[in-house]
Amino acid sequence: MNDTIQFKRQGKLKEIWRRLKKSKTAMFGLVVLSIFIFSAVFAEFITPYNTAIKQNIRQRMQGPSTDHWFGTDGFGRDVFARVLHGSRRSLSIGFLATLASLSVGLLFGAAVGYYGGKFDAIVMRFMDILSAIPATLMALAIVAALGSNMTNLIIAIAIARIPAFVRIIRAAILGVVDLEYIEAAKAGGAGDLRIIIKHILPNIIGTLIVQTTMTTAQLIMRSASLSFLGLGIQAPEPEWGSLLSEAREFLRPAPYLMVFPGLAIVLSTLSLNLLGDGLRDALDPRLKS
Amino acid sequence: MRTDEKILRIRDLCVDYRTDLETVHAVNGISFDLEKGETLGIVGETGAGKTTTALSILRLLPERTGKVINGSIEFMGENLLEAPEEKMRDIRGEKIAMIFQDPMTSLNPVLSVGEQIAEVLVLHAFKDKKKDEIDARTDEVLRLVGIQPERKKDYPHQFSGGMKQRVVIAMALACEPDILIADEPTTALDVTIQAQVLAMIRELKERLGTSMIMITHDLGIVAQTCDKVGVMYAGELIETGVLEDIFTGSSHHPYTTGLFGSIPNLKTKTDRLSPIGGLMPDPTNLPKGCKFSPRCPRCMDVCLSTQPKDAIQGTHTIKCHLFKDLKA
Repeated sequence: MNDTIQFKRQGKLKEIWRRLKKSKTAMFGLVVLSIFIFSAVFAEFITPYNTAIKQNIRQRMQGPSTDHWFGTDGFGRDVFARVLHGSRRSLSIGFLATLASLSVGLLFGAAVGYYGGKFDAIVMRFMDILSAIPATLMALAIVAALGSNMTNLIIAIAIARIPAFVRIIRAAILGVVDLEYIEAAKAGGAGDLRIIIKHILPNIIGTLIVQTTMTTAQLIMRSASLSFLGLGIQAPEPEWGSLLSEAREFLRPAPYLMVFPGLAIVLSTLSLNLLGDGLRDALDPRLKS
Repeated sequence: MRTDEKILRIRDLCVDYRTDLETVHAVNGISFDLEKGETLGIVGETGAGKTTTALSILRLLPERTGKVINGSIEFMGENLLEAPEEKMRDIRGEKIAMIFQDPMTSLNPVLSVGEQIAEVLVLHAFKDKKKDEIDARTDEVLRLVGIQPERKKDYPHQFSGGMKQRVVIAMALACEPDILIADEPTTALDVTIQAQVLAMIRELKERLGTSMIMITHDLGIVAQTCDKVGVMYAGELIETGVLEDIFTGSSHHPYTTGLFGSIPNLKTKTDRLSPIGGLMPDPTNLPKGCKFSPRCPRCMDVCLSTQPKDAIQGTHTIKCHLFKDLKA
């Protein structure tokens, strides 16, 4: 008897995992993403940060070899080390900015979806204004005004994604808030905050997870494009966008300088998108099979 | 279990639903008392204002549209309509609990049934108790409604409809409330399960000494479970009385007569039932006189112009011009 209860208890997560495993593309995404995260976390052990910034003019512009897997750049720095340490910046900016806009979006989205009324109208019109400003332009303006460092970069790209989170969370909550079990929870004496956290959020967690993975992918790209424009992470610190920017002058003689950071951006965002797609399918009970 | 202690006293309750376009007069001046241990049945058609009455007692009317415009709801001497929201939150679930109509939608699909029962306990009586005490009480409540405590880790979709309604009842009874409001608790269930669930509600009510308001449109359920009955029509209680007054009494409101005329009778042979012709009046535009006058087979001139007053006959009250002089 006890065994069956244990089995049922884990049933939900297991079920999602079982369905996620069936999607080959999602598993590919998960594996690639895990490699990226693993190598970003342990970058220092794989190759020290020093190799990523130490200039060595004698070894400049060398193509990929066994010594330098991804070749060396115009200052003789190891491109593999630069891409690897760049991933720490690019990925953490992507994840942190997503976390920031998710938190703000959750706060406002939940509040307006649950309470509605004038507050809803005011917040949503403000979100309309925010989303009417082109995201890159706004990020540029914010970084230019506040100065370019990691925190400001995160703020700059997070703000532009807030409206999307607010809208999606608000819509998801509106779909749940009028259901009878929410009324039943009220009739049981639960307060508003408790109802939102305990009764509503678990119901929209699927939507949230998917939106979060997709947004992370987009924000990795956005942080790379800001750095490419010279407004993100400053040299000599490596970042994927700034690596691309540096490689621009050597496009003809050394195209590999652009290929590897480019591949890193493509693979990481692709893997997040694939994983997001797979999670959406795995979390949708209507596709249960 | 009937005593003369009035636990709930409702006077002249009027509830409107207001939108920019129209005002719906859902409840129009109803009054009734509920004594300790007593069961009051409220019967009526869809849209008669039964659920609105129940929601007003718990102050759960839709915030933006539902407005109580008149009257008082006194629970143990305190007017609930003036109580602060925190006080209401303590009353909901602990003092007054509600069983909702459809067990399929009144359980949260992503929380296990044990969690949902424990939720009510954590909010009220077991606020400061340890986890194993709450677990023990959850098991006890589940056993009370005839569900094996081992199943508390299951999710609502793993239960059948009748079992889900048992879970809903377990949630309502977890804190042993003083009043249980059952809003059509068996409408969504099939007939055999209906009988089981009703028998269970009746038994638990007796055991715990709970007062109950049974909202239904099924006169059979009323006959089985209630001590007193109120017949609702267009937001008014048009006839109230003890069970015997309504079921075996000699004089009735024409609407009640019509209701009984539309139930098949085992003893007499009829080819067709006689339903009440017409529909409920539009609640945004109620008739000036008696609300039932457009459909009433015994409608008189006075019914079209003046609202009838209650004609009281002992425990039996009828709101109809026909019975003006019956006061005993």
